[in-house]
Amino acid sequence: MSIVTVQLGQCGNQVGYELFDVLCSDALEGQRRVYSAAGCERFFYQTTRGELVARAVLIDMEPKVINQSMSRAAKSGMWRYGETAHFSQKQGSGNNWANGYCVHGPRHRDAVEELVRREVERCDRLAGLMAMMSVAGGTGSGVGTYVTQCLRDIYPKSFILNHLTWPYGTGEVIVQNYNSVLTQAHLYQLSDAILVHENDTVHRICGQLLNIKHISFGDVNRVIAHQLGSVLQPALTADSRGLYGRNPLGELVSALACHPEYKLLSVCTIPQVPSVSMAYSTFSWPSMLKHLRQMLISNTKMEEGIDWQVRPPAGSERTRSLAGSGFNRSLANLLVLRGKDVYSAETGGFEDPALYTSWLSPEEAFNSWKSPVPFNKYEKCATLVSNSQALLRPLDNMVGKAWNMFASRAYIHQYIKFGISEEDFLDSFTCIEQVISSYSQLH
Amino acid sequence: MTQSIVVQVGQCGNQVGCRFWDLALREHAHVNKPCYLWCSFFSESGGGACGIGGRIQRLKARAVLVDMEEGVVNEILQGPLREVFDSTQLLTDVSGSGNNWAVGHMTYGSAYREQIVDKLRKAAEHCDCLQCFFLIHSMGGGTGSGLGTRVLGLLEEEFPEVCRIVSSIYPSAEDDVVTSPYNSVLAMRELTEHADCVLPVENQSLVDIVNKIRQMSHGGKPGSAIKRDSAVISGQGGLSGAEKPFDAMNNIVANLLLNITSSARFDGSLNMDLNEIAMNLVPFPRLHYLVPSLTPLYTLADVSVPTRRLDQMFSDAFSKDHQLIRADPKRCLYLACALMVRGNVQVSDLRRNIERLKPSLPFVSWNQEGWKTGLCSVPPVGHSHSLLALANNTCVKPTFMELRERFTKLYRKKAHLHHYLHVEGMEQSFFSEALGSLSSLIEEYHQLDATKGRLVPDAPRLGIAT
Repeated sequence: MSIVTVQLGQCGNQVGYELFDVLCSDALEGQRRVYSAAGCERFFYQTTRGELVARAVLIDMEPKVINQSMSRAAKSGMWRYGETAHFSQKQGSGNNWANGYCVHGPRHRDAVEELVRREVERCDRLAGLMAMMSVAGGTGSGVGTYVTQCLRDIYPKSFILNHLTWPYGTGEVIVQNYNSVLTQAHLYQLSDAILVHENDTVHRICGQLLNIKHISFGDVNRVIAHQLGSVLQPALTADSRGLYGRNPLGELVSALACHPEYKLLSVCTIPQVPSVSMAYSTFSWPSMLKHLRQMLISNTKMEEGIDWQVRPPAGSERTRSLAGSGFNRSLANLLVLRGKDVYSAETGGFEDPALYTSWLSPEEAFNSWKSPVPFNKYEKCATLVSNSQALLRPLDNMVGKAWNMFASRAYIHQYIKFGISEEDFLDSFTCIEQVISSYSQLH
Repeated sequence: MTQSIVVQVGQCGNQVGCRFWDLALREHAHVNKPCYLWCSFFSESGGGACGIGGRIQRLKARAVLVDMEEGVVNEILQGPLREVFDSTQLLTDVSGSGNNWAVGHMTYGSAYREQIVDKLRKAAEHCDCLQCFFLIHSMGGGTGSGLGTRVLGLLEEEFPEVCRIVSSIYPSAEDDVVTSPYNSVLAMRELTEHADCVLPVENQSLVDIVNKIRQMSHGGKPGSAIKRDSAVISGQGGLSGAEKPFDAMNNIVANLLLNITSSARFDGSLNMDLNEIAMNLVPFPRLHYLVPSLTPLYTLADVSVPTRRLDQMFSDAFSKDHQLIRADPKRCLYLACALMVRGNVQVSDLRRNIERLKPSLPFVSWNQEGWKTGLCSVPPVGHSHSLLALANNTCVKPTFMELRERFTKLYRKKAHLHHYLHVEGMEQSFFSEALGSLSSLIEEYHQLDATKGRLVPDAPRLGIAT
């Protein structure tokens, strides 16, 4: 079964390119026929001349980034984008969510729907749709929200996963917090699950783990691509009965997003080492899983600076408020293990009921997928996709800043110009506050 | 690829504009990229879209040149840039506006209204996606100030969807035009009401920067030789030969315009389009005065560029010596700030410097992290990297207050007023209304200033019933 990806805006198109690049080089690596075939089928199709073409649609309101992504893919010699699988205009959305959602989205609805339809019809079976975008700008956020809405209307039975990139907290776009609140409030009703990467976190991974001195957006995007790829490449799941799972998005959503109030997913991967150090590093499953578990519990997004003091509460303390204890409660977790000796990996630590809310049993809350095939040159690799309180603080910060700005009505005239009202803002704030409240109250 | 049209009005506007086109051609010749990138400011002669392989000789500037005297425009037409303009883009008259805003705005404004709109339409027709009008003019004279603001009004009427970015040269206190305060304040009202963004530039600041660079290059300190053609005041490498007076100052403004549009013209890892500038930097419709600062002013001939120098570039952008008006933004309140970086700079350098400088820069309470950033991979000619900072900062308030003072000094005595009131269509109410508009603008900045340093509590969040 295949996934059709929609890349929206500058970020979506830049990250999407890195993702397909990783997926392709991983799939084509070495002599792993069955894995290769499954991976290629999932994300690419083959032309009559044997070229691999990504099952993707590239959308942006200005042409520069799409042109860049398409030409870089073509240069790789291993894969490319479909020649006509893209849509762009001349002028961007000006970092304005309302411009994207109210003007550009509806104006180009038919063209975009047609492009997606073509990719969907090309699949033997559709596993689902993945929309990739940032929340800070205008096109990814505004047009991306509108497009997700259209896809939900046209494919009501399909799984839709939204991959979001959250901007640096100290600002890339001044109105980024408005755009984030508006986007996520709307997506919450439309999406099956929302998978988030934060630029701040990935930046730190680049600096502290990968030792990159002058971090570029390319570096950041490659880390995101690696983490996302490790989740989406073929794996053996509980339902797949010894074959590579054919319903990755469906299984992801049912494993993690079982309740409509809780759809925010975060990712962390271990190990992340510079490629030059790989030859000298040894990885053991017990050590990796122990670190990953503590990263989850203490809400540390990478394997440096883990606070080992944080413990899940004992049974009797469960219902007391845990603000400030540093413990990150999970709703559900999905562990994806890839590489050598994967069947010997002991995942019992993640089945501890103390990690989870009381209203899901650990059997329901915890799932794991495995693949004996090493991913992206890592001999062993473990990725944890979590539905937990991990994103609560950054989300709360985002909303806090947006609310302060809204209280002075700064920039509101720019949004009203394009067709949304103060009421719409208030509705979106209410929706996100509800999400924050739900996650804070997890016990 | 969007297009922008430059409208240059008056003597100053046309002189700056001339430098702009010269430097734009130099930049595009230097950057060996496919022709379609030229399209934002140039069209192939004969109109229409650019094809691949266009050469400099066949390019036509997307510009409209307006002046009520012939001298400056004629000079342009006789100079090396004559190929780049054709006669349909020009509008001239003979007698000038006599440094009288009313003559420019009312008399010529009405007389030439049809022709101006016609020329604008023609230029717009050659664009398949017109994004922005750049208006270049001075505030102190008659044509640039009066007719220029009339043109601004026409742009709003005829092309309401297109962004209007105005580059206004403000007179210094020692300006030799006696009526420049009248002209400036009358023009200010138009700018406040009809422009999307204004980039104010003060002559005195340009003079100071020019002197600083000249001092540096004649200083003779070892290791301080300035690389040829890298100074922001240099026109070297362009088509025009010998440097004329004011060229150095005008080159600075020309570089400002080139840098603002760089991200729209070239690739980068974080693009910043022109419509994003207005969106991010204008929190309230009337507060759209963005103080520009350009760094570096020159590149030393010494080629090795340690990171320290890169950080120095960021620090300089906030120093009062690099601002293009006489103001010290660090002492006032930032409402928003945009950093447009060109060249080999990565996001980590950008983030590091923002973290480093943030503590010393006072931002308004509801926009503590009010940074808009852009990374364009192509540096300007002669540099390996450069930074343009646009600040929406209350430091414009003292400039405006000074302007108002100079105005009231004259107005109290009704000095020279009759020259204006004699012009048909002009009434005294224009003066009082313009003064009122300026005062309320100053008051708005003042209100924001008053919040500086005060601990403003966070607005109480919405409560969710559990």
